[in-house]
Amino acid sequence: MSVLSTNNLILKKGKNIINRLFSTCNVLSVQQMTVRDALNAAMDEEMERDERVFLLGEEVAQYDGAYKVSRGLWKKYGDKRVIDTPITEMGFAGIAVGAAFDGLRPICEFMTFNFAMQAIDQIINSAAKTFYMSAGTVNVPLVFRGPNGAAAGVAAQHSQCFAAWYTQCPGLKVISPYSSEDCKGLLKAAIRDPDPVVFLENELLYGVQYPVSDEVLSKDFVLPIGKAKIEIVGKHVTFVAHSKGVELALEAAKILSSQAINAEVINLRTVRPLDFDTIAKSVMKTNHLITVEQGWPQCGIGSEISSRIMESEVFFHLDAPVVRITGADVPMPYAKSLEIAALPSAEDIVQATKKLLSA
Amino acid sequence: MLIEEASLLTRRFITTIQNENLFPRCSSSFVNLLEIVNSEEQVPIYRLIDPSGQPLNSSELFSIEEDFTIKLYKSMKILQEIDKILYESQRQGRISFYLTSYGEEGTQIGSAAGLKLDDLIFPQYREAGVLLWRGFTIDQIMNQCFGNKDDLGKGKQMPVHYGSKEHHYVTVSSPLATQMPQAVGAAYAYKLAKNGRCIVTYFGDGSASEGDAHAAFNFSATLECPIIFFCRNNGYAISTPISEQYKGNGIASRAAGYGISAIRVDGNDVLAVYNATKIARSYVMNNNKPIILEAFTYRVGHHSTSDDSNAYRLKDEIDKWKLLDPIIRLKYFMEKQGWWNDEIEKKWLTNIKKEIIDSLTNAEKKLKPNWQEMFNDVYEELPEYLKKQRQYMENHIKKYKQYYPLDEFEQL
Repeated sequence: MSVLSTNNLILKKGKNIINRLFSTCNVLSVQQMTVRDALNAAMDEEMERDERVFLLGEEVAQYDGAYKVSRGLWKKYGDKRVIDTPITEMGFAGIAVGAAFDGLRPICEFMTFNFAMQAIDQIINSAAKTFYMSAGTVNVPLVFRGPNGAAAGVAAQHSQCFAAWYTQCPGLKVISPYSSEDCKGLLKAAIRDPDPVVFLENELLYGVQYPVSDEVLSKDFVLPIGKAKIEIVGKHVTFVAHSKGVELALEAAKILSSQAINAEVINLRTVRPLDFDTIAKSVMKTNHLITVEQGWPQCGIGSEISSRIMESEVFFHLDAPVVRITGADVPMPYAKSLEIAALPSAEDIVQATKKLLSA
Repeated sequence: MLIEEASLLTRRFITTIQNENLFPRCSSSFVNLLEIVNSEEQVPIYRLIDPSGQPLNSSELFSIEEDFTIKLYKSMKILQEIDKILYESQRQGRISFYLTSYGEEGTQIGSAAGLKLDDLIFPQYREAGVLLWRGFTIDQIMNQCFGNKDDLGKGKQMPVHYGSKEHHYVTVSSPLATQMPQAVGAAYAYKLAKNGRCIVTYFGDGSASEGDAHAAFNFSATLECPIIFFCRNNGYAISTPISEQYKGNGIASRAAGYGISAIRVDGNDVLAVYNATKIARSYVMNNNKPIILEAFTYRVGHHSTSDDSNAYRLKDEIDKWKLLDPIIRLKYFMEKQGWWNDEIEKKWLTNIKKEIIDSLTNAEKKLKPNWQEMFNDVYEELPEYLKKQRQYMENHIKKYKQYYPLDEFEQL
């Protein structure tokens, strides 16, 4: 972890939350839930349901988590099940892996996934591979979770998307949710899953409210891992995105709809295993594909989707080459103007769509 | 006036504050003479038999029984014989890799004997003797090294990376020291379960330099876990001697900094290792606390079949340590007691050698696991995309079967 993280990030985030609230308050629904509360409810319900589930990480107990995602859990479940750890990522990730070997179901919170790099060996070489290396005798049922992707104003070492890194590794399941519904249903599924799951949250979405149905609020609400969600049905172009990218894709789709262009927006939800069937069906209908992610272009999620299109029947249904919209191929700069330029925007998607459809 | 009085009271109160209230777990006093602290307290090495087989402390050896001692001896000797044969088979190109335990048989067998059979082991990689003691058979060792259909690991792991749920032995993981924080996690699980079992993790003098080792020590202390950190200090991390690995007094001396207890033992004295492990076990279980158990020993063999240690150490050094060998030492001891002699050994060893060679020949002849096994155990449930790939491969093999050695694989 780095010492600078917490306070700065919270201040930045606070400002961002306000912006977000304004941009989403036109949604007509009586029931709203923030992503933070959805994640909190998912952990709370699963800890209540199964006493093998416990949370460990830096500042997760009395402090309620650096981003307050574990708010109230320490008060409710105590020291035994909500454990503040010394500052050693490889240490507590290893503790989580070992506890999972032995029948517990740890939720291992990284203050951000940037710091999980210090624990990468435990995640890849131990958590992901042990079930295979033990020939199916040692399960590793645990969840590595925490904020991932670009934050605001915190530069290169605090703003990076690790989705592509983890999706490369067999043995892991990788979830990159967008809304409160995604977070609640998929975190619960991840905790119940017998395999290790990397759960990539987005810091800037923590405070955003999304409408939720009664079904989502229910304790039995679990979403399937490996299934994408079609957020908007359209016919002219397909946008495939994950996490914050979904928000951009939805904004772009809204702008385009006023110009008689109907985009279909696919929220991947899980990036490994990838729900290629849903993408394929959509592209065969719209004949155009734009992938959207905040991560870097090379070997990214968009690259993987493009390759699979190339290798499949879907290729023959394309009217134009696939377009990848990604973060710029540079470490994240600090200055606000540069940061904006380094990240994809809804406008980028709108422009790309117009170019694609007029080609 | 009132303010001055209050100030005076405050000052009086300040002088009554003692430093032990200020710094938890620290009772140092304040001094006005500056002193650079350099504690060089030596940790003693526990030993019961000297290299000539002479007992040093008969009262502790009093309870050691003949049958048990012979079992220790035979286990060490079997491990050595298996090593000789598998090492040679690697040199002949029959297996891809091997790693011997030469010189360290005493640390492995002695520590295994001092534990309960269901205590969970997180090994590093040079602990095959622990498995043997627990009843892992010669055939199981051979099956693993040849990755055949009867290998518990279904041919998925490289040689020597044993694992056995039945023997409470977690599959060997190559990256150094990653097993240490995992072992602490498992110890925490056991503590919550109150199951009366303890965790033992093995590591070397080199692994102790990994950050994971620090994490494991500190977490085990703060979480108060029943775990034995068994350090096999064998003098070398591949080619790096301990004189370049650290500047402190071994690994046991680090325990104090973490608030952990420690024992140091002569690793080439199997009876001392046995006794030390037994004591360490009861300490961690009775106190719910970790302990560092450091065994001083020497890696007589090369690091692995990928190493040639002649490049970095002198033959004289190896020859000296061969005289201190744990197997020879126990043999001298048993001969003094009248429990063993060359005649008994010769007869027993001939049978054992034959058993090992037969086992190797069998393991080599056995079929390899069915090729479909490649896809299993990535996930609890086989995902759709892997099912598709498996189907694709099946069609491919059906079509081109004349090009594949299918008769070498087990049929489904």
